[in-house]
Amino acid sequence: MSSIEERVQKIIVEQLGVKPEDVKSEASFVEDLGADSLDTVELVMALEEEFETEIPDEEAEKISTVQAAVDYIKAHS
Amino acid sequence: MGMLTPLGGDVASTWEGILAGRSGIRAIEHFDTEAFATKFAGLVPEFPLEDYLSTKEARKMDLFVQYGMVAAIQAIRDAGLDMDKENGERIGAAIGSGIGGLTNIEENHQKLMESGPRKLSPFFVPSTIINMIAGNLAIMFGLKGPNFATVTACTTGTHNIGFAAQQIQLGTADVMVAGGAEKGSTPLGMGGFAAARALSTRNDDPQGASRPWDRDRDGFVLSDGAGALVLEEYERAKARGANIYGELIGFGMSDDAYHMTAPSEDGAGAALSMGNAFRDAGVDPSLVGYVNAHATSTKVGDLIEIHAVKKVFGDHATKLAMSSTKSMVGHLLGAAGAVEAIFTLLAMRDSVAPPTINLDNPDDGCDLDLVPNQAQSRPIDMALSNSFGFGGTNGSLLFRKV
Repeated sequence: MSSIEERVQKIIVEQLGVKPEDVKSEASFVEDLGADSLDTVELVMALEEEFETEIPDEEAEKISTVQAAVDYIKAHS
Repeated sequence: MGMLTPLGGDVASTWEGILAGRSGIRAIEHFDTEAFATKFAGLVPEFPLEDYLSTKEARKMDLFVQYGMVAAIQAIRDAGLDMDKENGERIGAAIGSGIGGLTNIEENHQKLMESGPRKLSPFFVPSTIINMIAGNLAIMFGLKGPNFATVTACTTGTHNIGFAAQQIQLGTADVMVAGGAEKGSTPLGMGGFAAARALSTRNDDPQGASRPWDRDRDGFVLSDGAGALVLEEYERAKARGANIYGELIGFGMSDDAYHMTAPSEDGAGAALSMGNAFRDAGVDPSLVGYVNAHATSTKVGDLIEIHAVKKVFGDHATKLAMSSTKSMVGHLLGAAGAVEAIFTLLAMRDSVAPPTINLDNPDDGCDLDLVPNQAQSRPIDMALSNSFGFGGTNGSLLFRKV
């Protein structure tokens, strides 16, 4: 079983079309990984599906970096 | 010029197939057709999508948008437009679709039904609406001029080319990328056209199913694909040494004002459209050597076009060549007018009338030179392309050799 970090990285690579090595924990989806607002919405939906959880919109807005995504998943699974 | 058709991933491979009289129609395998009356279509073969769009770009586009983008990118490359040097404010795009993004509409509707509205993709709307080929093209190439998508069923491609040319005439743009795209071979598309009793059901012989003017025709063959042309003000194109395929000299439109899906029986609407193209150009119909017919392989429509052509051309109707390239690529709906405009231009360039394949037994009244089964070498200095669509909407493009 892959770690949460690995699974999050895989989803980001697929959704944003970026290289795995660019998905560093401090990377921002918009600033560093070229995402726009619609990309981030879809990314959050993909995380919800992968981790079988529901992320409320007000929480989703705070998930702007790779680390924030990992932290949220860890806190809610 | 650029295209993606059931015969190939570009203009050259498609045109080679057309001149060889090949059919691009085959069985549908991307969904279960068990319950469907028609189990075949004209499907786009594998092509290198990555030569045109990144995976990330493509994921945000329904297939019809991807097809349209591929054709338009090919056309821009072929035209030799260097967008780093061009003034983007003088370049626009007019690329439509008859139906739009059925694939993504179906997928998202299923998500809505199964999991609720929160599971709808944020890209659902921008991936399926019809003007997103023109929109995405503008972003990719910095085209800041007029940007629109005319939607007129099976006349879409023709109307977009005609309206694009008018932008240049009006002076609102110097260059327009124009055309149409379609991906209608989905369960909703195949089921819907079958419900309208429009499709051939010749499931045991898909390649023989599109047979315009043949007495055994039983409906059209739905096809996917796209076509796009770069239209440019003539002196400007000449000055930069562009490869000019031909001159668009006339554009005609009309409506049958008769029935939602059936063409008017006297062919008056079709004749008016062709006549308007000749009036627009100010030339005599007797100069035309080739007509690329709308002829879709339906019982009624094919004959009506023959009546209309006789009405417009008079005695000259028996001297020109008229064929239906739909016999080979099927009916690309909103892309049909675009790919057929390209075939018409290539017919002039190569002095060859493409064939109407599967025309084994011409129906009563089909007594023109319909170029049965074999391409025909002949000089063609002027050529006409027709499109007629649901809603009774008609369009005709008249081209001249340069």
